[in-house]
Amino acid sequence: MTAADVLLAALGAVALGAGLLVVTTRHVVRAGLWLVVTLGAVAGLYLVLSAELLAWVQVLLYVGAVVVLLLFAVMLTRAPIGASDDLDRVRWPGALIGAGAGAGLVALFADAFHWSRVGLPAPGTAEAIGGAVFRTWVLPFELVSVLLLAALVGAIVVSRPDISAGPRSDSRPDPRGR
Amino acid sequence: MHPVLPFTIAALLFGIGVYGVIVRRNAVLLLMAVELLLNAVNLVLVTADATIRSAVPHSGQSFTLFIIVLAAAEIGVGLALILQLYRLRRSVDVEDLPLTESSPDRDAEVAR
Repeated sequence: MTAADVLLAALGAVALGAGLLVVTTRHVVRAGLWLVVTLGAVAGLYLVLSAELLAWVQVLLYVGAVVVLLLFAVMLTRAPIGASDDLDRVRWPGALIGAGAGAGLVALFADAFHWSRVGLPAPGTAEAIGGAVFRTWVLPFELVSVLLLAALVGAIVVSRPDISAGPRSDSRPDPRGR
Repeated sequence: MHPVLPFTIAALLFGIGVYGVIVRRNAVLLLMAVELLLNAVNLVLVTADATIRSAVPHSGQSFTLFIIVLAAAEIGVGLALILQLYRLRRSVDVEDLPLTESSPDRDAEVAR
C-alpha cells in the first residue's frame, strides 16, 4: 500500500458514504448538500490519479454550477423543508438491482485487474489536455459546442410557454393578455 | 497505485446511482442520482487513462471533459423540463407522470 493507495481508499470511502446518503436521506436539501461532498471527493480522486485539470473542472462545473442549479430547482419546486416520507418507492427491487449492478461490475474489474500495480502517468495538466483535445479530439469538441448551443436554445424554448409551439398553448388565453 | 481500487469505487458508486434512479420519486432527486452515475463513468475513464497506456495520450481525460460538458447540458434541459412539469401539475413526483395522452379537457383543467 503506497500513499496513493491510502488516499484513494480514504477519498473513495468518503465518496461512497456521501453517495449513499444522497440516495437515502429523507431531506431533499440535504441530498443536494451530500452531493457536494461526493463530487468533491471524486475531484480528490481525480487529483490522486494525476488528472489536475479535470479535478478543477469538476469543482467549477459540478460543485459550482450543477449543484447550484439543482438547489435552485429544489427551491422553485417548493420542496418540503423538513423530512418527508414520500420520497422513495418500495426499496427492495432498487436495492436488489443496484447491489447486483455494483457487485457485477466489481467482479468484472477485479477479474480484469487483480491486484496489479501501475505507475502514475504524466500529470494531465491544462497544457497536456489542451494538446490532446485540440490535436486529436477537435471534431468531438466542436460537436459538444454545437450541442451546448442546442441545449441552451432548448431550455429557453421549454421554459417559455408563450414561444413554444403547440395547438393547446395557442388556444389558451395568454396570462399577460397580449 | 493499484488500479482495482478506483475501479471498485467507481463500480460501487454506479450501483448507488442505479439504486437512486430506481427508488427515488422526486424528479430533482432522480437527477441527483443520474449525476452519481455520470461521475462513476467519469471515474472509470480517468482510471483507465492512468492505467492503460494508449497510443493517444490523455484520451480518457479528454472524454471525461466532454462528458462533464454533456452533464451540464443535460442538467440545464432536465431542470427546465422539471420546472415546466411543476408549473403544469404542481408536483414533481414521477409516479404522477401521465405516460399516456390524457383527455384534453382534463389536461386543461390541471393546467389551470
